[in-house]
Amino acid sequence: MLNITEVYKTFNTGTINEKKALRGVSLHVHPQDFITIIGGNGAGKSTVLNMIAGVYAIDSGSIVLDGKDISRQPEYKRAEFLGRVFQDPMMGTAADMEIQENLALAFRRGKKRGLSWGITKEEKELYYDALKKLDLGLEERMTSKVGLLSGGQRQALTLLMASLKKPKVLLLDEHTAALDPKTAKKVLDLTENIITEHQLTALMVTHNMKDAIRLGNRLIMMHEGKIIYDVSGEEKQNLQVSDLLQKFEEVSGGEFANDRMILA
Amino acid sequence: MNILMAIFGAVSQGLLWGIMALGVYITFKILDFADMTCDGSFALGGCVSAVFVVSFHWNPYLSLIAALVAGGIAGGVTGLLHTKLKIPAILSGILTMISLYSINLRIMGQANTPINTRMEGIDTIVTMITDRLPDEISKSSNTNTFVTMIIGAVFVIICIAVLYWFFGTEKGSALRATGNNEAMVRALGVNTNRMKVLGLVIGNALVGLSGGLVVQSQKVADVGMGQGTIVIGLASIVIGEVFLGRKLNFAAKLGFTILGSVIYRIIVAVVLQLGLESSDLKMLTAIIVALALSVPVLSKKHVD
Ligand SMILES: Nc1ncnc2c1ncn2[C@@H]1O[C@H](COP(=O)(O)OP(=O)(O)OP(=O)(O)O)[C@@H](O)[C@H]1O
Ligand SMILES: [Mg+2]
Repeated sequence: MLNITEVYKTFNTGTINEKKALRGVSLHVHPQDFITIIGGNGAGKSTVLNMIAGVYAIDSGSIVLDGKDISRQPEYKRAEFLGRVFQDPMMGTAADMEIQENLALAFRRGKKRGLSWGITKEEKELYYDALKKLDLGLEERMTSKVGLLSGGQRQALTLLMASLKKPKVLLLDEHTAALDPKTAKKVLDLTENIITEHQLTALMVTHNMKDAIRLGNRLIMMHEGKIIYDVSGEEKQNLQVSDLLQKFEEVSGGEFANDRMILA
Repeated sequence: MNILMAIFGAVSQGLLWGIMALGVYITFKILDFADMTCDGSFALGGCVSAVFVVSFHWNPYLSLIAALVAGGIAGGVTGLLHTKLKIPAILSGILTMISLYSINLRIMGQANTPINTRMEGIDTIVTMITDRLPDEISKSSNTNTFVTMIIGAVFVIICIAVLYWFFGTEKGSALRATGNNEAMVRALGVNTNRMKVLGLVIGNALVGLSGGLVVQSQKVADVGMGQGTIVIGLASIVIGEVFLGRKLNFAAKLGFTILGSVIYRIIVAVVLQLGLESSDLKMLTAIIVALALSVPVLSKKHVD
């Protein structure tokens, strides 16, 4: 359903800061794939998600979603099909606006915004029920400013916002990395629930190899702007962290995996 | 009685200028865009209003609509310079502001345009009303002040009501969110560039309207009248914030900006009484803004 073909992306071309972030990435995502993405720092994981979302234009290659080439579409147009949660909890919500206002903005993703009232009564009921499912007590604070919430609460809210209007693809970029372990686990459980419940197709970048193995039906590993490993099904179920570490050592020429990967 | 009348005069000026402060509130506060256009769009609104009344004998109220539209166009130009040509926000505003100086001179054909209401067919928004009152009332300058105050209050109420409605709509919410977290709003499918242009149009339309109102009340438009508008607008906002409680709604925030504008005018009237020259006002205003903005920083240092 999502076909990424031979995508190249170089940042700061022609300067001393030139960085080949993606060097021919191809990925064919099937409906209801839940793909976890791992790789060292600067491997290009975030860049892949950003290219899908249209944050930056690609240099060459194509990104086709459900038969439609979206690679030249501006970010705000692609947003209609995509749900996104970022690493930084501040990024996914508007801090100075109410919880229900944030939800109302997300509920209208991809729709034309006119001069009718920004939030209706029926919506509020919908949001109340959806927030209740998060089990964080947010349903009683719908008119609170989002800036008052903790990082974990904000990520949970962003997840809800990303799935409120069913996205064709859900993009998660280390969305639990900034949270403490307990909160991270909660948000991750929630992620799994939402993906299962709404039968979403999802790409999730993580530094935690155990999570990468445990979650999803498919795992890819990136290194220096390329996908160097792509497993799914039973082979993925049977993966061990040690297998991934070995794989990583192979490609990085004996160098050990970086600290964050070992810690995980 | 004299002091009371001076205060009423300050209030009426505060209301007319307060609409400009609302415009600045939208660009600076809601859109988070340091918009320097307003010095130019304020004068533009004033010049347009005066010329339409003097040269074309328009109804002065209709001339205000022209001032509003002209201000909006000026804001739109700044918006396009910023979003289409990627010129930094502050510079975009400055470019528009500077060109407006020439444009305003072109519009008037001279450095200022007095509105001589003694001439047939020429009225201001104030004289249109006072002329209909019995002679013994309409001749008094107090009547003028009161009528101006009432007109100012009506315009303020209409502006706040319309803004309150607009920022509650889907589009208005998206605009507010754009100033708050642009990346998120784009991820939710909003063309944030268009939102910025829209915000600048609305903000500067209000500034232009205010320029027109001020010209109508002082019966003269001057090409230099916009100088320092931004700082006065910011002063009104920060003074209003001093009085603003934390949990107030949007309409109240706008209301307190108007209150800030009124208090600013009262401060000005008082310091002029105390013997300061009117040419000292710009520095005084700048000091008020600098002080108000530094309060959070200084009090935080205290805690550290
Ligand atoms: N906007 C940008 N401008 C310049 N260089 C960039 C930009 N975004 C990414 N890069 C560079 O591209 C490379 C890939 O970055 P990317 O963020 O995709 O890595 P990553 O795999 O997500 O790493 P991390 O684990 O650190 O998040 C890095 O070298 C990075 O410095
Ligand atoms: Mg990254």
